[in-house]
Amino acid sequence: MADNDQVDEKKLSAAARLFDVRRVIGGLFVVYGVIVTVLGIFDTQDEIDKAQGVRINLWMGIGMLVLGLLFLLWLRLNPPEPPDPSDIDDERPPAD
Amino acid sequence: MLAAESGLRLDLDIVDYLILVLYFGTVLGVGFAARRAIKTSADFFLSGRSLPAWVTGLAFVSANLGALEILGMAANGAQYGLLTLHYYWIGAVPAMVFLGIVMMPFYYGSKVRSVPEFLKRRFNKPTHIFNAISFAVAQVLIAGVNLFALALILDALLGWELWISILVGAAIVLTYITIGGLSSAIYNEVLQFFVILAGLIPLTVIGLVKVGGVDGLFEKVRQSPLGDAALHTWSNTGSSADNPLGANWIGILFGLGFVLSFGYWTTNFAEVQRALSAKNMNAARRTPIIAAFPKLLIPAVTVIPGLIAAVTITGLGAKEGDLTYNNSIPLLMEQLLPNGVLGIAVTGLLASFMAGMAANVSGFNTVFTYDIWQAYIRKGRSDEYYLRIGRYATIGGVVIGIGTAFIASGYGNIMEYIQQLFSLFNAPLFATFIVGMFWKRMSPWAGFWSLLLGFLASLALYIAYLTDAITFNSALEQSFWGAGVAFVVAVIVAIAVTFFTPSKPEDELRGLVYGLGGTSQGTVIVSGEKVWWRNPVVLGTIAVVLALALYIPVW
Repeated sequence: MADNDQVDEKKLSAAARLFDVRRVIGGLFVVYGVIVTVLGIFDTQDEIDKAQGVRINLWMGIGMLVLGLLFLLWLRLNPPEPPDPSDIDDERPPAD
Repeated sequence: MLAAESGLRLDLDIVDYLILVLYFGTVLGVGFAARRAIKTSADFFLSGRSLPAWVTGLAFVSANLGALEILGMAANGAQYGLLTLHYYWIGAVPAMVFLGIVMMPFYYGSKVRSVPEFLKRRFNKPTHIFNAISFAVAQVLIAGVNLFALALILDALLGWELWISILVGAAIVLTYITIGGLSSAIYNEVLQFFVILAGLIPLTVIGLVKVGGVDGLFEKVRQSPLGDAALHTWSNTGSSADNPLGANWIGILFGLGFVLSFGYWTTNFAEVQRALSAKNMNAARRTPIIAAFPKLLIPAVTVIPGLIAAVTITGLGAKEGDLTYNNSIPLLMEQLLPNGVLGIAVTGLLASFMAGMAANVSGFNTVFTYDIWQAYIRKGRSDEYYLRIGRYATIGGVVIGIGTAFIASGYGNIMEYIQQLFSLFNAPLFATFIVGMFWKRMSPWAGFWSLLLGFLASLALYIAYLTDAITFNSALEQSFWGAGVAFVVAVIVAIAVTFFTPSKPEDELRGLVYGLGGTSQGTVIVSGEKVWWRNPVVLGTIAVVLALALYIPVW
């Protein structure tokens, strides 16, 4: 890539923020939670009978939604920090 | 009782497919995002050693939570009952804690990039080559097994042709590992950990409702051919004939709990690599210990469904067809899950297959690049060159994996095949490690010969078993003994050869051997963070105590 280093650094940290794993898990589970909860609300009697009378879509949907929101909340309360200098690996090969 | 006449075919609707597509879209998105963060080979192979402990910890347990493991453990649950818990508790937790407390200071502290590299510095090049090649071969074989299993499952569940599943599955893993390297593998492992649980939990809950709760389940198991012996973990292990597992407590404790387990968890680079990518020593040490906590609880959603399948599905345990033990979980999915959670469960199953294969592939590409290519074939090239080789190695590994997928087809219980590979390669490796880490006199050639002869001993016993020269109660009992014999042979050889060959000077062993100082002072083993919940020793002790406590109700 022809970009100079500073642009690269910026891009890197933007990518790192965007793709904090908590955001990925939170996002996916919120979407799954909404889909499955909506299904659960409209579940037919046949589907409930198949699940032995448990409204499983509703419960799992709400559960996943809550889990997703908790991850997003955690991210909100404790955003990714810039790398701690003491954590940086001294083993990186010199740029050549 | 619903018989499985309808076969295994699942009736997925558009929403289930949407859930599936969303997942793989996310996985590939993570791969492309991770690409931006990769500048050096260390970024690609070790995630730049920058990840927090909870991420590497969940990735550590997830790398072991492949579809094979899940289906295999449910199969074992259906076949052997609660004795399967030994794989999760005695057969995992002590070794994971030992890795974090005792061994990680040497691994992480010495800054090695792989397990074979540790052997190179502690012993010599022949030891290194032997281990690097055997590891690379084993990983590719296991990746092939994963791929084949995925294809069989997709064929049964969705009616996809085998070759389509193999190519699509391989293509997805290939894409995200080649592009995003280990970061991408680890992020996906963490993600799939939650998705697979979201699939297995409803299965377990509905299954338990069906059989009348845990009490109802146990009552039904007592009346089934499995009988009461399947509901105890230790009390029937006085003789191998008295329990469904066909192993006695010595085999379980020494073979599974010590040799197989320590061999797998402490020296298997596909696992250790997750800890090496942690951001600092403390996070690296906590990685396997954090992983031990979910490991304690996972049998609730694998072994219990296996037992539920055993008592609710008539005819389960057939040698072939839809009703094999390995299909316990898919059969329950078909019978119990409505669309919606069904999509989640299918996604979780496919995701866990991907995670298993990704762990093998990312372990393979690292060892191939650093330990084979860089060490012996093309030395001293630029970092970008090795980064590129890593990407080619990934492609090569996946292609060979596709080819070897068919080796798996000859075995009824996939898990036994995997255990077999581990006992052949890992048991002597653990012996070599443990003697080498704690006995500074152990010579370089002792390392090589103990590894080689331990492996040959294990192989000889396996061949004797296959040809009926020696008989065991079960293939599992054979794997316990194979591992035990390999371990003993490796230790004896290590000691014997040391007396006839020169040791390494102590200067070269600093940081690699206990009691010599260097990066890993002896005190590191007991000290740690001051906050108790970040202290590896405190956390590790809690994990072991919990494992013991969990045994009490199912003694």
